[in-house]
Amino acid sequence: MEEDAKGRFSRRQVLAASTALAAATTVAPGGARPAAAGAAPEIVGPGEVRVALRVNGQVRETLVEPRVTLLDALREKLDLTGTKKGCDHGECGACTVLVDGVRVKSCLTLAIMREGAEITTIEGLADGSRLHPMQVAFLERDAFQCGFCTPGQILSAVGLLKEGRPRSRDEIREGMSGNLCRCSAYPNIVDAVADVAEVPR
Amino acid sequence: MRPFAYAQATSAADAVAVAGRDPSAAFLAGGTELLNLMRDGLAAPGLVVDVNAVPAKGISFGEEVIRIGALARMAEVAREPRVRDRLPVLSQALLAGASAQVRNAASVGGNLMQRTRCWYFRDAAMPCNTRVPGSGCPAIGGENRWHAILGGSDACIKVHPSDLAVALTALDATVVTHDRRIPITEFYRLPGSTPHVETALRPGELIVAVEIPAAGAGFRSGYRKVRDRASFEFALVSVAVSLDLDGGTVRQARIALGGVAPRPWRALAAENAVRGRRLTPDVLRAAGEAAVEGAAPREHNAFKVELVRRTVADVLERVGGGR
Repeated sequence: MEEDAKGRFSRRQVLAASTALAAATTVAPGGARPAAAGAAPEIVGPGEVRVALRVNGQVRETLVEPRVTLLDALREKLDLTGTKKGCDHGECGACTVLVDGVRVKSCLTLAIMREGAEITTIEGLADGSRLHPMQVAFLERDAFQCGFCTPGQILSAVGLLKEGRPRSRDEIREGMSGNLCRCSAYPNIVDAVADVAEVPR
Repeated sequence: MRPFAYAQATSAADAVAVAGRDPSAAFLAGGTELLNLMRDGLAAPGLVVDVNAVPAKGISFGEEVIRIGALARMAEVAREPRVRDRLPVLSQALLAGASAQVRNAASVGGNLMQRTRCWYFRDAAMPCNTRVPGSGCPAIGGENRWHAILGGSDACIKVHPSDLAVALTALDATVVTHDRRIPITEFYRLPGSTPHVETALRPGELIVAVEIPAAGAGFRSGYRKVRDRASFEFALVSVAVSLDLDGGTVRQARIALGGVAPRPWRALAAENAVRGRRLTPDVLRAAGEAAVEGAAPREHNAFKVELVRRTVADVLERVGGGR
């Protein structure tokens, strides 16, 4: 059990967590804790459950209640605070991450749902000290002011390009409409994405 | 968010069985709606049953029906080339909803189970007959710009938020649950005196698929959503149209409205106004007029009446090939 869990566990929760871990070792990665064929699904929680998250290529185990969002698990449990909590309702996009290469809002998904998935946060986008081309473009185009929405903007833009290259600035605007910028750096954000997508001005 | 227990089901039968152990249980697919409801105190299930591992995925194109798994994601369905090609109304409605990130996560089944965006429903501190039966409806005498002009009652004037459900109404779809089939026109309930009863689903019943008659794939169809922002916003008015044309004459039409009623609103009178006719300006005008038959606008939403008239005429004309 982790340090912060000391003295805060009931026997039932500890048992639930260890049973879950045992179950997790018997199934292939990708399925978190589905029951074996024919067995009834196992019920875990509401106390903390051990969850293994694959973040930026590393498997990180942590204890979370089932109600903990992926966003909160990343920030509070794994100390990956590059993913930002803006509205916590899926409206602002600041918490955008890639899950199995697809952009999603990490405040609208539970950590426990994403066991076995490949999660990419802003911390994992660069290749060592070499920035991702989208990060470079945001710097070159000065595509931010306060920077709070930027990790989400960049991951959303990376996800957008994986979905198919936008053909126009209008398509970029539409594709990026799930990411708000209260500083309104939108023209420069569109410029940055257009650079990487090779959309002419 | 209140604490809850959690289980992952790998079959529909398991999902239903485990959910049956807690009357407050909720199914979880994409999570994009349920998490907000739980966070805002609008839902407090003691058990959440994750159905993402249930084999109810993908889209199959049969001779009789096109079957969309309840766990297919909005983006996946919208991008499918055969959907874009043969069911444009479906692809257009899906792409008009939410944002790209939400469409990547949100499931078809979950989309149909969205709750209203009525701001009084969404604020747990306010009275709301849908949330707390008998507590009252502040929308009727309050801020009702977004609210229903059709199908409302003295108890509730919410509107249903799904674009997908409107398109599926125009496509004559059927909702398939783990043990029965429900035509989409019977799936949603009007509020009447029981606005808390919103769908035909029984507690613990799981949507596994949506089926669309394959014949509809030969029809021309289209969707238009009118809203306050160009993107990432719910409809003020939306119109879905599916037309079976014989030359320039309408053989059959299905017309559904969004943003105007507590459920996707099938505009039968408008369908009658175009059936057997060519889509001349007079017929388009008559269809628009018929679509708002019986409309009961409130203090702040009378504009929706004219918006429906014009949007119905516009979509019919576009889909019918006028331009």
